[in-house]
Amino acid sequence: MNDYYLLVLTAIFINNIVLAQYLGNCPFLGTSKSMETAIGMGAAVIFVAVMATAITWVLQKYVLVALELEFVQTIVFILVIATLVQFVELFLKKIVPPLYDALGIFLPLITTNCAILGIAVICQRNDYEFLESIVFAAASGLGFWLALVILASIRERLETTHVPRAFRGTPIALVLAGLMSLAFFAFKGMGSYR
Amino acid sequence: MREIAKMMWKEFSKGLWKDLPPFRLVLGLCPVLAVTKTAGNGLGMGCSVIFVLTLSNLTISMVHKLIPSKVRIVCFIVIIATLVVAVELLMQAFAYPLYQRLGIFVPLIVVNCIILGRAEAFASRNPVHLSVADALGMGLGFTLSLTFLGALREIFGYGTLFGRHCMGADFQPFAFMVEAPGAFVCLGIILATMNALTVWIDKRASLKIEKKRRRQILNTLPLPGADTSKRKRLPQ
Repeated sequence: MNDYYLLVLTAIFINNIVLAQYLGNCPFLGTSKSMETAIGMGAAVIFVAVMATAITWVLQKYVLVALELEFVQTIVFILVIATLVQFVELFLKKIVPPLYDALGIFLPLITTNCAILGIAVICQRNDYEFLESIVFAAASGLGFWLALVILASIRERLETTHVPRAFRGTPIALVLAGLMSLAFFAFKGMGSYR
Repeated sequence: MREIAKMMWKEFSKGLWKDLPPFRLVLGLCPVLAVTKTAGNGLGMGCSVIFVLTLSNLTISMVHKLIPSKVRIVCFIVIIATLVVAVELLMQAFAYPLYQRLGIFVPLIVVNCIILGRAEAFASRNPVHLSVADALGMGLGFTLSLTFLGALREIFGYGTLFGRHCMGADFQPFAFMVEAPGAFVCLGIILATMNALTVWIDKRASLKIEKKRRRQILNTLPLPGADTSKRKRLPQ
């Protein structure tokens, strides 16, 4: 139990997926202009990351390793993610319309979000067990959500301030992300999971 | 023939300044931030991206007519993923230390938005030779940007360039630059510099046009003595 606690803390704070591992930067900068889209995108990432990690873990263990086809891992994983995203979109539209309304527009963007593929591949490279992988995916997604929401709230306040012309838009967001990353860097001293 | 070469040059050169991938089109930022701890890493990543981008643009511009448009994105992803696997295997065979340093970002070339972006926006609409020119230009621009950012971070963060010391003996490495925060701040400052530079260049260009226009107006005005070329210089 203690181990899982540490795993969650590591994934959210110490090795934050965006701020320490540089994954998922395009949606991080692209959807952080308003709080509403940030929350939606973050939730969609948590949802898809957990499902994609579960499916790819099972596939890797029982299909790819069994058939000695580990080298096509990249192709299989990205296909699984692309199909999963389409499937989730259709499923939510039919079964849970409110959730679809909230996440719908973000789902197509997720296919090329490197955080999802990244989480799935990290789980394989670190030899996580099934439960570990699921917990790691959920916690990493949560870390993404946290970083996105913090950046969005800062950027919303930034609207009313005077930013030098050359820094408007993405440059100032990157500098802010750097400062956030510096703050998260302080957690590194706490040690980490494996 | 000259026409074709001219068009190819146009597509090639736009990737070097006008649409410079990571700085102008802010796409595919993850590898840009992650692998630019040193200039060598940036160069290695850039070369793998050139390889994948050129071959994917080539393949996609050849086969796009055969692909139904509804499933085109998935087909593009499969083509790109196949090429990425080829890069992975090639790197394992010939550049294993680089493969280890780039780590998870080699398989993640698949989701680099630049590659899918060029496939969708350019290669699926243009003939083969233009697509290849576009890919080479974009890839070269990407590589140069990555190497530049990597060199900047390496020089200040380690005091070396491509592994050689270059800052003198009493240089204190600025560790901030090679960690994650430095990557973000550095990229932010480069983007801002690019913005400022663009504004400055535009201003200069418009000033030049304005001056030219004024001169033309002055020349056409029927002012007495406006014909300056024939006016005799007054004795002093």
